[in-house]
Amino acid sequence: METVIFITTAIVAVGAALGMVLSSNAVHSALFLILNFCAVAVMYLLLRAPFMAAVQVTVYAGAIMVLFLFVIMLLGAEKADLGSEPIGWQKPVGVLLGAVLLAEGIYVAYKGIKLVDAPITAALGIGQPTTLSAVLFSKYLLPFEVISILLLVAIVGTVVLTRRTVKLKEAE
Amino acid sequence: MSEISTNAYVLVSAILFTIGVIGVMTRRNAIIMFMSVELMLNSANLALIAFSRAKASTDGQIITFFVIAVAAAEVAVGLALLVSIFRAKRTTNVDDVSTLKG
Repeated sequence: METVIFITTAIVAVGAALGMVLSSNAVHSALFLILNFCAVAVMYLLLRAPFMAAVQVTVYAGAIMVLFLFVIMLLGAEKADLGSEPIGWQKPVGVLLGAVLLAEGIYVAYKGIKLVDAPITAALGIGQPTTLSAVLFSKYLLPFEVISILLLVAIVGTVVLTRRTVKLKEAE
Repeated sequence: MSEISTNAYVLVSAILFTIGVIGVMTRRNAIIMFMSVELMLNSANLALIAFSRAKASTDGQIITFFVIAVAAAEVAVGLALLVSIFRAKRTTNVDDVSTLKG
């Protein structure tokens, strides 16, 4: 049963990723990417990480992709890169290098890592929110605080970048 | 109950990462390039959580949590940059903004 769910989810995830890269409309790309994030969230559930699955759906598929869709529709940039191809060999070379990278990835996935999986009973407890938060607020407390400063810097940066400077010059 | 091996998850992660790389290298729409970067971060998260289960350790999931937070900050700043570039140049095609002069 778990194998069937895994294969189905993997096909949906890879198909949605391909659809994201190949579709000519940026809005369709964003919707394909949301489908991909949801499929990966199902994989997190299969990996016994329910909290990360919830975070994936709410933060990634919810907040971040809504921001993407908002900007696409604000700028009207659905079809920005059609008809412009200054370097003709760019696409074939990109796909070729990607294929080389994929070959390396498959090699590493099957030959490079020799993991002895821990028994599933040991992995069951680690994905719970209580376990995660206990680690997050003790061992990883400093990185957690640094992340909050990073988010503050991001907010300030966003405001500065999108502010119109015309009014500032008038005030001077 | 049959368990899926960690290798299978890493394989899916590698495929998703490759698709993201190809997206960045072949597409010229800055927004779609951004989304491809998100896809790559996401595939790295999948590998981290797979390793976290394999080692029965919380560390992989905590790092995934941080990756998601950094991705949120990165998207906010990146999209703000795109909006201000669009205001100046009326385009989101990265080939049209190849000059450093504003």
